[in-house]
Amino acid sequence: MQGFVTLIQAAVFFGTVIMFGCIGEIIAEKAGNLNLGVPGIMYLGGIASLAAVFIYEGSTDHPNSILCVLIALLSAFCASALGGLIYAFLTITLRANQNVTGLTLTIFGSGVANFFGGSLNTLAGRFEQIAVPATSSAFRMTIAPLADLGVVGKLFFSYGFMVYLAIALAFIVHHFLMHTRAGLNLRTVGENPQAADAAGINVTKNKYLAICIGAGISGFGGVYYVMDYIKGTWANDGSIEKLGWLAVALVIFATWKSVNAIWGAYLFGILYWMYMYIPGLTRSSQEIFKMLPYIVTIIVLVVTSMKNSREKQPPASLGLAYFREER
Amino acid sequence: MTEEKKTTASDESEPAVVSVNKPLKEPFVRMVKREDMPFWQKIAVRLTGILLALLVSAVVIYAITRYNPITVYQTMVSGAFGTKTRIWSTVKEMLMLTCIAVGLAPAFRMRFWNIGAEGQVLVGGIVTAGCMIYLKDLPTLALFGIMFIASMLAGALWALLPALFKAKWNTNETLFTLMMNYVAIQLTSFAVAKWENPYGSNTVGVINQNTRAGWFPTILGTQYFLNVLLVLLLTVFMFIYLRYTKHGYEIAVVGESENTARYAGINVAGVIIRTLLLSGAVCGLAGCIAVSGASHTISTSTAGGRGFTAIIVAWLAKFNTFTMLLISLLLAFLDSGAGEIASKCKLNDYASQMIIGIILFFILGSEFFINYRLIFRKKGKEEA
Repeated sequence: MQGFVTLIQAAVFFGTVIMFGCIGEIIAEKAGNLNLGVPGIMYLGGIASLAAVFIYEGSTDHPNSILCVLIALLSAFCASALGGLIYAFLTITLRANQNVTGLTLTIFGSGVANFFGGSLNTLAGRFEQIAVPATSSAFRMTIAPLADLGVVGKLFFSYGFMVYLAIALAFIVHHFLMHTRAGLNLRTVGENPQAADAAGINVTKNKYLAICIGAGISGFGGVYYVMDYIKGTWANDGSIEKLGWLAVALVIFATWKSVNAIWGAYLFGILYWMYMYIPGLTRSSQEIFKMLPYIVTIIVLVVTSMKNSREKQPPASLGLAYFREER
Repeated sequence: MTEEKKTTASDESEPAVVSVNKPLKEPFVRMVKREDMPFWQKIAVRLTGILLALLVSAVVIYAITRYNPITVYQTMVSGAFGTKTRIWSTVKEMLMLTCIAVGLAPAFRMRFWNIGAEGQVLVGGIVTAGCMIYLKDLPTLALFGIMFIASMLAGALWALLPALFKAKWNTNETLFTLMMNYVAIQLTSFAVAKWENPYGSNTVGVINQNTRAGWFPTILGTQYFLNVLLVLLLTVFMFIYLRYTKHGYEIAVVGESENTARYAGINVAGVIIRTLLLSGAVCGLAGCIAVSGASHTISTSTAGGRGFTAIIVAWLAKFNTFTMLLISLLLAFLDSGAGEIASKCKLNDYASQMIIGIILFFILGSEFFINYRLIFRKKGKEEA
């Protein structure tokens, strides 16, 4: 039982990081843009929040925890949306290839983040390991009476607020896409931009907004990773990149529905950490077990393409640029 | 001759609904497609893009290090080409990128988004390392034969899976190949843990340090002779294959339109599978070159993101394998150059990734000005 509870907890921590990345990417993909820059965007979000809070915590003796959280989220959203803007400008206005631009954004984002993450101390003239304890503890604060409710408390209430924010966002984004006029317009742009254009929907504006806001949300995944998952430090080990690609995989797994991303993300978390709870694994066979989330995604991808059901397909014009003059 | 169609600049386009009492305003700037840019002009546009990128990077570097940008670029040149060792390490990097990009070229020509080069390189590398460890007592020629063939088979297999499903069920290959990368990365971690030497180090260490079995031999005074030869041969082969053979033509037709290809009697599924086998095999061979011809060890950094960078190289080169050499050289120069700056300023060497990112953004952006022309609104016309 104890093992089960810790596995679920680990899965929720893990899942929340990729859930943010996935929700943001769903918005962009629904508008027809396959943004392979998600890992880079999550990197940008993570490092922006860390740098901003690092400066703020260094400037005052008693950092206000609400201010810490706000600064972290705001700076991450801006930095990630800016990364999204570069991608949007290149792919929409300059009509560059989406895959190539996305990969470049990933290279750029991981370069920027790891560079500043590794040298923030040197640049600031300090020598200790970079740490933002006040902000991190604000992010990890739980509602005390609920978290103490034994197993139930541990399973459902032992997390920082961003875990619940991710779930709420998944519902909000689903509602927006499926039940509002603006969401319908956005989906039309992703399915058939010619029709959308003819109906008077501004394709360019919709795509720009979807990519930038989506990128901002993906960036929260980086914040959660930095502030909660690794407790307000920085690690140059490329794990955000791995998680970012899993977020892209999760979009497929969730068949482009953000509510499915909730359980999908936790399932990925369980699959990822399962090796810890299977007895008799050696260090090498553990690595084989860590393949599970990727293999499951491949299977989902193959099965959905075989079934060919209309609701479970990618947006029809995903990955294609829209030029009004081309037919 | 005037195939130009009036277009509105997508940025500022008004909603298509035009109210009656507001005259339709000509947009400030509109884009027109063009196809006839002279060769020298294309080069000029691209060079301008690269120069602008270097300028922006210089500003970024200055903002961080407060070094004079000229000194910075001098440092970069000396970092990339300063000594014989450095030249070789830059060339090695360039060959590696070119080799993978050459492998990707046929797939991209077919509009098959093989994002899985990273994984194909790694499995090629794993198999090579395995051969070096288990078959080290074989005669040199036999060992090399097995190594080359096995690594190519491994890479081909890694590309075959997505190709089969793409051909049969039209499964999205971008995402499939992407996932295959991570399966390969885990497989590499598995192999590293299995072969680790010394025990507990979690690295494989240099394989066959003393016997040098399975290492590329030193020819004409350099141990990289075979690397250069193999990659150049592949470059020439792929250029001819894509441009002057029936296979190459079929690939191009399938890439332009699968329906046209089917109508012309081309076996589309067959072409997809055949092309991906070739693409994966070359990427697998790249893994073999990386292990046997350069690092003599295996780790996840054997590919180290080059599989992704090579995608950009292959795309920017527009399937011309000789252009790939040039772009790879530029990226390899930036990589080792920025590494030198980083170590001089005691900053970490991710700076090079950041600069490569900036430069690629500019090159990608400059492609637009080759394919499109901007027409600005004329002042006089508006008043009339």
